[in-house]
Amino acid sequence: MPVDSKILPFRFRCLEPSNLTDALNLCSQSGDQVAILAGGTDLLIKIKRQMVQPEILIGLQRVPELQQIQTNEQGLRLGATVTLSEAEHYPAIQREYSALYEALRSMAAPAIRNMATLGGNLCNASPAADTAPPLLAFDAQLRLQKSGQERLVRLTQFFLGPGSSCLAPGELLTEICLPAPLPDSGSAFLKLGRVSCDIAKVNAATYLQRRGTVCILCRAAVGSVAPTPVRILQVEQLLEGAVVDSNLLRQAAEAGAKAIVPIDDIRSTAKYRRQVCQVILEEVLQAAWIRAGGVL
Amino acid sequence: MSRTIRLTVNGQPHQLEVEDNDLLLNVLRERLDLTGAKYGCGIGECGACTIIMNGKAVLSCLTLAVLADRSEITTVEGLGDYRNLHPLQQAFLEEGAVQCGFCTPGMLVSAKALLDENPNPSEEEIRQYLRGNLCRCTGYTSIVRAVQKTLKPAAKESHPKI
Repeated sequence: MPVDSKILPFRFRCLEPSNLTDALNLCSQSGDQVAILAGGTDLLIKIKRQMVQPEILIGLQRVPELQQIQTNEQGLRLGATVTLSEAEHYPAIQREYSALYEALRSMAAPAIRNMATLGGNLCNASPAADTAPPLLAFDAQLRLQKSGQERLVRLTQFFLGPGSSCLAPGELLTEICLPAPLPDSGSAFLKLGRVSCDIAKVNAATYLQRRGTVCILCRAAVGSVAPTPVRILQVEQLLEGAVVDSNLLRQAAEAGAKAIVPIDDIRSTAKYRRQVCQVILEEVLQAAWIRAGGVL
Repeated sequence: MSRTIRLTVNGQPHQLEVEDNDLLLNVLRERLDLTGAKYGCGIGECGACTIIMNGKAVLSCLTLAVLADRSEITTVEGLGDYRNLHPLQQAFLEEGAVQCGFCTPGMLVSAKALLDENPNPSEEEIRQYLRGNLCRCTGYTSIVRAVQKTLKPAAKESHPKI
């Protein structure tokens, strides 16, 4: 069917709750034909392309509870509709969550980053979502709320497949919680796209903690190489408890590249993805180790 | 069902009846006759529809008009006019930073948003900020040079490398 990207071809109602309670009530009362609108940079394109046809949009732009960023000794709590540029400019993210900061900087163009939200990037559940690998590496938890109920879900449990998450009907992602950074830890993110604003062919993030020359904690995550963004346990198991040197990081990256299940698609071939995944994994492991105070 | 929205566009208040599925770009162009912002790709790739809403550069082709209710908007028409050009517009003319002109409104508005955030950007920062604005005449060098020309002398760099 020819697509006219100039207009939104269907009539719908856009509801604009002004607080979280109203937003949750609207979500729980509404049926199947509802879509949650945050920044709109994915959803409105899907409507233009007639991939979805919601009758009701619940716009979250005017819900102040979802726009908060808070830091305390437990860590960082990001409201689901914090925009990518708000997160990018937040000093604690720049200082302590390097992998997330680098991912945000690599995403789209400034105007899109001013609109798109962290929660939207996760709920869209693209295997290529750039915020996912760093948030997996930081072991983020998501607060999912339904009127009167809430649960905390680890991000590792959230993604089910391309475009699909464990959000139940009527449930809303309200907050992304990151633990406080550990002493002597470091993180890094890298992605490979065709041009600077591009969607990733492969992206990767790591988070390492060091004691002397030993890696005592490693989390590694990659995107665009499986149906969902994934942790790579093979990398983590090789590094945890081991004395780190360049050879070991290369071995870990090789093990990571063997563990992934990439596909051929419009952006890349599986073979190429596997090759570059190894290269960027090695580079993020090196960068995270050096940021943790390690020497190579 | 149409709804009433209020917008301040380039300093002028407006009250309009819009549908929930109306896009801000089409309202600006077709209802307010502000045809500076352009429909390029419609999917957030090209930046031709860039406007400044509540102080931030955003894409009007991906913004619902109803969600722009009570907002302050600047389009390229708000930067300056023939008699009173904005320094960026003057610099674009002097540097020949316009070929077909289709990307120019988006470029100017993005550059304005950049300078509002960061009055002395480096060449790299200019290129990074304008990376979502595509110029299919590929006149990027002169566009970057034009933005640099408006900076205070201390921050000026040599001409960008091709």
